[in-house]
Amino acid sequence: MRDKFVYSPWIALAPAMIILMVLLGASLFYAIAESVGYISTIGQAEVSLEAYRNVLTQNNEFWISLAFSLWISVAATAISSVIALVLAIWLSRHNSHADTLALNWNLAFPHLVWSVALLLFLAQSGLFARWAASLGWIDMPSQFPVLVRDRYGIGIILSYIGKEVPFLTIIILAVLRSQAVGYDVVAENLGASRWQRLRYVTIPQVMPALIAGDLLVFGFIFSSYEVPALLGVGYPRALPALALRFFLDPDLRARSEGMVMSLIITVIVVVVALVSLKIGERQQ
Amino acid sequence: MKRLASRLVRVGLYLVLIAPLLIFIAYAFSTRWFFPQPFPTEWTTITFQRALHDSRTFSSVTQGLWIALLVSIFSLIIGFPAARVLGLREFRGRQLAWLLLFLPTVIPPLAIGMGLNILFLRIGLAGSIFGVALAHLVPTLPYTVFTLSSAFARFDENYEYQALALGASPIRTFFTVTLRLMMPSLTVAALFAFLISWSQYLLTLLIGGGRIITLPILLFSAASGGNPATIATLSLLFIAPPILVIALTARQLNQHGNLIKNQF
Repeated sequence: MRDKFVYSPWIALAPAMIILMVLLGASLFYAIAESVGYISTIGQAEVSLEAYRNVLTQNNEFWISLAFSLWISVAATAISSVIALVLAIWLSRHNSHADTLALNWNLAFPHLVWSVALLLFLAQSGLFARWAASLGWIDMPSQFPVLVRDRYGIGIILSYIGKEVPFLTIIILAVLRSQAVGYDVVAENLGASRWQRLRYVTIPQVMPALIAGDLLVFGFIFSSYEVPALLGVGYPRALPALALRFFLDPDLRARSEGMVMSLIITVIVVVVALVSLKIGERQQ
Repeated sequence: MKRLASRLVRVGLYLVLIAPLLIFIAYAFSTRWFFPQPFPTEWTTITFQRALHDSRTFSSVTQGLWIALLVSIFSLIIGFPAARVLGLREFRGRQLAWLLLFLPTVIPPLAIGMGLNILFLRIGLAGSIFGVALAHLVPTLPYTVFTLSSAFARFDENYEYQALALGASPIRTFFTVTLRLMMPSLTVAALFAFLISWSQYLLTLLIGGGRIITLPILLFSAASGGNPATIATLSLLFIAPPILVIALTARQLNQHGNLIKNQF
């Protein structure tokens, strides 16, 4: 009877693997083909690296967008992890179902919706501006500081912080709750101060998970389109927004350059994710 | 003092988490809420009703639901056998299989969408519900397999052997034993596949090519320059299914948590 269940595992894996590999492989193939100027729709079959050269040397906006995207991703990730760390350590002292539930609740709000909410709160005619006006701090909407659709990406960063803090907090809380309370108590008995326990016991415990989570968050922010497109300005643009604008350009040469940018984003994100995976594995 | 501080942190956290829902409700159900007024003065359901009866909103909701439904069914059927061997078997290349499943979760939808856009235009899948659903499998299938395989890791095959030994046919065993035992995880996996598809923006935009308009696409264009009441109403429609799903699975998570606690 048991023999019935013994078959090559790859037969069972085949449907999922084939679909994913065909879709990924095809999209990668067409992306590379288009990026080297192989555009079959207009009969151009000549391979050239012109689009790469244009993006990397001719196109100043690419470098500005790359720097802008790095700034958003690093700032949002760093601020989120600090807040999440403090919050998780604080919440871990009391084991509460309600907290986990509240943090999971955040999953119900896609990034797009969360950004829309931020827009309604922080725009110059938004809720906070209204409150400031009724408190007499400002007279007109235009006096309210520009916090969304601003040149420095403040709105974008705030939006990501709102989404990533709960995400990272859940990760850190999971580590803290899975660890024996013992370490902390032992350190206390050995005379460690509160700060020393935090510095030498708690933080080293959560660090690998936090770094792995941070890298995933960084990769996600660096490559996602909706939030910077909605909460950003025309210049400087986040790299994914620039790539899509080039890709949708009627000029087919611009399309190739959009593809080049998207491939650069992909390479960066995949490398970061693999590093994150390695760190996560070592932890186990 | 310490208790007070920790209570304050908690209240602050809960406030931040509930705030988006509150502001959507405030904007969607009020009217003539002019600038300096700190709170809505006139409450009404007219804006909300008008948005509900708008044909574009209606068709975006139904299209989104269809696509998400197709995606969760496909993900379950395709992911089930893969999850089973990954959860229950040790074999050469298992690591490789995991890595191949992990890749689609990190490759940005931007790159996938741009590449598939060209392919699907050529083979005539662009702008169709089926094409969009197929593209959505890239982000949903891995998560389905992850969820189901961790359930299979706790699955006891002896139940199946027993049913077979007692003379049940393999098909009957599958439906009455395997599926029955896996039902909770199948539900969770299906719901999450549904959610990922439901909230997909970029893949739908690039594959749907302006012909498939789902709620996120409608919301995005409204948020780029529409009036707050419409934006808030669309947002409420958009988050209704996710909130429902989180509420449903939360109970299940709690049940599992209690099970684990009972064992100690």
